Amino acid sequence: MTQTNFRSGPDANGLFGAFGGRYVAETLMPLVLDLAREYEAAKADPEFNEQLAYFQRDYIGRPNPLYFAERLTEHCGGAKIFFKREELNHTGAHKVNNCIGQVLLAKRMGKKRLIAETGAGMHGVATATVAARFGLPCVIYMGATDIERQQANVFRMKLLGAEIVPVTAGTGTLKDAMNEALRDWVTNVDDTFYLIGTVAGPHPYPAMVRDFQSIIGKETREQLQAKEGRLPDSLIACVGGGSNAMGLFHDFLDDASVQIIGVEAGGHGVDTDKHAASLNGGVPGVLHGNRTYLLQDADGQITDAHSISAGLDYPGIGPEHAYLHEVKRVEYVSITDDEALDAFHATCRLEGIIPALETSHALAEAIKRAPTLPRDHLMVVCLSGRGDKDMQTVMSHMAAQEKQA
Amino acid sequence: MSRLEQRFADLKREGRAALVTFVTAGDPGYDASLAILKGLPTAGADVIELGMPFTDPMADGVAIQLATLRALEAGQTLAKTLQMVREFRTGNATTPIVLMGYYNPIHRFGVEKFVAEARDAGVDGLIIVDLPPEHDAELATPAQAAGIDFIRLTTPTTDDARLPRVLERSSGFVYYVSVAGVTGAGSATSDQVSGAIERLRRHTDLPISVGFGIRTPEQAAAIARLADGVVVGSALVDKVANASTGEQAVSDVLALCSALAEGVRGARKG
Repeated sequence: MTQTNFRSGPDANGLFGAFGGRYVAETLMPLVLDLAREYEAAKADPEFNEQLAYFQRDYIGRPNPLYFAERLTEHCGGAKIFFKREELNHTGAHKVNNCIGQVLLAKRMGKKRLIAETGAGMHGVATATVAARFGLPCVIYMGATDIERQQANVFRMKLLGAEIVPVTAGTGTLKDAMNEALRDWVTNVDDTFYLIGTVAGPHPYPAMVRDFQSIIGKETREQLQAKEGRLPDSLIACVGGGSNAMGLFHDFLDDASVQIIGVEAGGHGVDTDKHAASLNGGVPGVLHGNRTYLLQDADGQITDAHSISAGLDYPGIGPEHAYLHEVKRVEYVSITDDEALDAFHATCRLEGIIPALETSHALAEAIKRAPTLPRDHLMVVCLSGRGDKDMQTVMSHMAAQEKQA
Repeated sequence: MSRLEQRFADLKREGRAALVTFVTAGDPGYDASLAILKGLPTAGADVIELGMPFTDPMADGVAIQLATLRALEAGQTLAKTLQMVREFRTGNATTPIVLMGYYNPIHRFGVEKFVAEARDAGVDGLIIVDLPPEHDAELATPAQAAGIDFIRLTTPTTDDARLPRVLERSSGFVYYVSVAGVTGAGSATSDQVSGAIERLRRHTDLPISVGFGIRTPEQAAAIARLADGVVVGSALVDKVANASTGEQAVSDVLALCSALAEGVRGARKG
């Protein structure tokens, strides 16, 4: 690895190497260009940053702790494992970091209505939350399949006053919800702000969402410095679209000693046709406004992703991850549904923390690696979300297993 | 002179607008779709837009989403769409065919191979919804170098500052999307359309075709008085959706095409 400036992207065209860009219908082009200008202006405005800092502290509850997972560390018998506790944020996941940033931008731009897509519902809940807080009506597009498996989050969004539109097209999951949100945006160009929940979509979304999430890595650096007086040796985060991962990774990309690992959802296995591992099982293509790795067939048709976690059930990945994969700065591995469930149970029992199924993929990779590493190896896992929303999924999985036994 | 240039020049002499018809390739199946394609010129279509199915048609409304799914379920691929054009060209040398769709299937097929095969098949133009001029180098430039027109969409949100950028490398004709929205949604008023055309005229000499929300011969006639071309898509595609057999799909689509053509031909440009 000779290159050291991995943090300079994207360029003016929104490209991270060959990935990213602005592949949208002409109707949306003036909107995404305007958004990029407004975001640049906001970023440079001290007042905007003060507001952002205020809401991060008093509303989200940041900084959240960097917690030494002592029993999991003992259990693994190797690397010292820390959890960056994003699940302690208001709304229970990292998603709100981005939503607060974007809603402040929406207000600044004078937008009157928010729309968003959601998979597991965590981004939907976070969007509905900030919409309530800032008094904006909000419409959440959610796949019908996901509505079925994430009932608790659907109810939370309703309580917060959001309108939830079930999307039955395609497989009724995150990709289809994103298509429908884009259709709404193209129809309501004057007053609507599209609050994308991950580091994907047309430029400036991948960079903007990353920036709002990068507080995860910045806090981690300071907190580990205070605890251990040095940099981490490795970082691990789960990757669907990849926003919690970019948030943790970005600040460390140019620290060559830090090993960085992104964990894709391997579903039933990357060698089957039921997974959501775009980097390990996909090829580059263009979808939802950006060029990135996609699950697709030989004709360029997007194929269905599969993961036990609705939040990772997406056939693409943020373009910056595609870039970091190609330049080999970040290692992307995959974890199966079963491995994630085992890690889910282990974390519940050993640490008294019920992690989200998405997060459980990162934990599974940590549990796999830690025993092979020395005791002075400092490993940080992004505890991206809490698992309350996954009770139903885990219950039905446990019931199915009991039947088999 | 390209087939598109020739066709619009001829119609200009006749003093009427072009009827531009959109159908999805492979909908409801290859054979019926090919029969529709072959029948369209006789039924009065002046230019044919042939949709290349894609699983995620983000800018399309329900009618074309469903058409896409029907075609994919029937086994349509980009290679088969090109084959369809080849077969069409054996019996028709004059009606321009414009392939319309999204970039990913072409990206996967390989741009170079696609451009060469499309040219050899007799494709005259491309409309790629998710390739704005910012990404011209990817497909627009190689396509035009091979003599295939690259037709741009302009929309109510394309303001005067952006129009020159959008029109700079446009060729064939300019497609004006008359409403901000997905295909098959609401329609614009005649006043809105004539205002928009006036604005476009200040920036381009290319023929201007207007689409989105035009469903009936009367609506087609009204737009034909203002524009150089009238695009009808979802209404034709709905005929396929409502047909119970492939034969019925062919006859219903062609019957609507004839009625639309009558509307367009009856409306002399003022």
